[in-house]
Amino acid sequence: MTLNPSLSALLGCIAILSLPAAALAGTREDQLAAYATAARAADPAFAGFSPARGKILHTRSFAGGKPDTPACTSCHGSEPRGAGRTPAGKAVEPMALSASPSRYTDPAKVEKWFKRNCNEVLGRECAPLEKGDWLSFMLGQ
Amino acid sequence: MNMPRSISLRPFILGAAAAAFSLVVLGRAQAGGSHHFPPVVDPLVKEECGSCHLAFAPSMLPASSWQRMMVNLKDHFGDDASLDPAVAAKITDYLVTNAGDRGGQRYGDKLLRGVTSDRPPLRITELPKWVREHRKVPDWEWKHKEVRTRANCTACHVDAAKGYYDD
Ligand code: HEC
Ligand code: HEC
Ligand code: HEC
Repeated sequence: MTLNPSLSALLGCIAILSLPAAALAGTREDQLAAYATAARAADPAFAGFSPARGKILHTRSFAGGKPDTPACTSCHGSEPRGAGRTPAGKAVEPMALSASPSRYTDPAKVEKWFKRNCNEVLGRECAPLEKGDWLSFMLGQ
Repeated sequence: MNMPRSISLRPFILGAAAAAFSLVVLGRAQAGGSHHFPPVVDPLVKEECGSCHLAFAPSMLPASSWQRMMVNLKDHFGDDASLDPAVAAKITDYLVTNAGDRGGQRYGDKLLRGVTSDRPPLRITELPKWVREHRKVPDWEWKHKEVRTRANCTACHVDAAKGYYDD
């Protein structure tokens, strides 16, 4: 069977166009899988990430970090699909994947901000379990 | 008789239009001597230095300030803004090249008046000239919930991200 040239060109385009999307989705899954491996290593009873726990992490106020940013919501806003704002007045795009579809595709960026922001809010780094919970909450929002 | 006239007329009109245009541009550029601080255009600097606050214009500080700031990003005004060393080196290069006493001299000149090089300031908001420009801003305005900090330039200068501060 031979494809007519314009159809095969079209199929070629679809293949090219769909590649990045699949690759990007793959990055998010790979990062979650890496957090899962680390979470299981820390606690053999690890039974998967919980978006509900992630939501609590996102909205809870902590005492260990900086007084003016006690919660993730201090900068990211209380509504995951809405924009946030830093103390110095810079707007922050929504964290919910549905509202910011290009987020969480650069593992180094995700790690960099987890490190900074967990220190800022909790006064310590977040554990792999916390990162996975939080990320699975935002990916489902 | 008509031909030469229309020919000589055209260059004149063109010349007048070009002159008017360059007057506008020049006027802006001259105002820019004190008012315009070309914004960061490098995408890497925008990304790494423009997420927590406005990506401050490199011409607003001298090269020695940027150098001093960039060697201690781990404690950046109480925040951890640390970066991969290779990334930090690229950013330092950009900031230093366009600093107010280097490539950005004709923009930063006035703002940097009175700055001594022995102890380069880390804050734009502590430059003597900046403090003088803002001495009339009342206390309640700094504390307003839309402002909160002097570093929040965009709260008062709507075109700060474009480098304009004259409103
Ligand atoms: C002091 C302000 C501030 C606080 C508090 C804060 N963040 Fe952030 N966060 C930011 C900024 C600024 C960015 C980078 C801007 C952007 O990505 O739009 C960011 C980005 C992130 C990213 C990377 C997003 C991406 O697209 O890769 C993650 C993950 C994140 N924050 C998680 C958290 C978590 C979890 C908390 C609470 C423990 C938190 N943040 C609290 C300011 C804050
Ligand atoms: C993690 C967040 C964060 C990142 C990333 C960050 N900064 Fe800052 N920066 C701050 C905070 C917080 C302040 C203090 C703001 C205040 O006084 O309200 C500040 C202040 C400043 C000031 C002084 C503002 C003033 O008062 O005049 C300069 C200049 C500055 N930053 C430059 C940079 C540069 C250059 C980079 C990139 C290498 C950078 N910042 C990255 C958080 C950040
Ligand atoms: C609370 C409001 C407020 C904030 C925040 C603020 N400014 Fe201003 N700024 C003013 C006012 C008011 C003036 C004087 C207006 C004028 O003379 O045109 C001014 C004047 C200036 C001028 C002189 C402009 C001129 O026309 O000569 C510069 C430059 C400037 N500001 C830069 C900054 C920078 C940079 C920041 C952030 C680091 C900042 N400002 C933050 C209110 C503010």
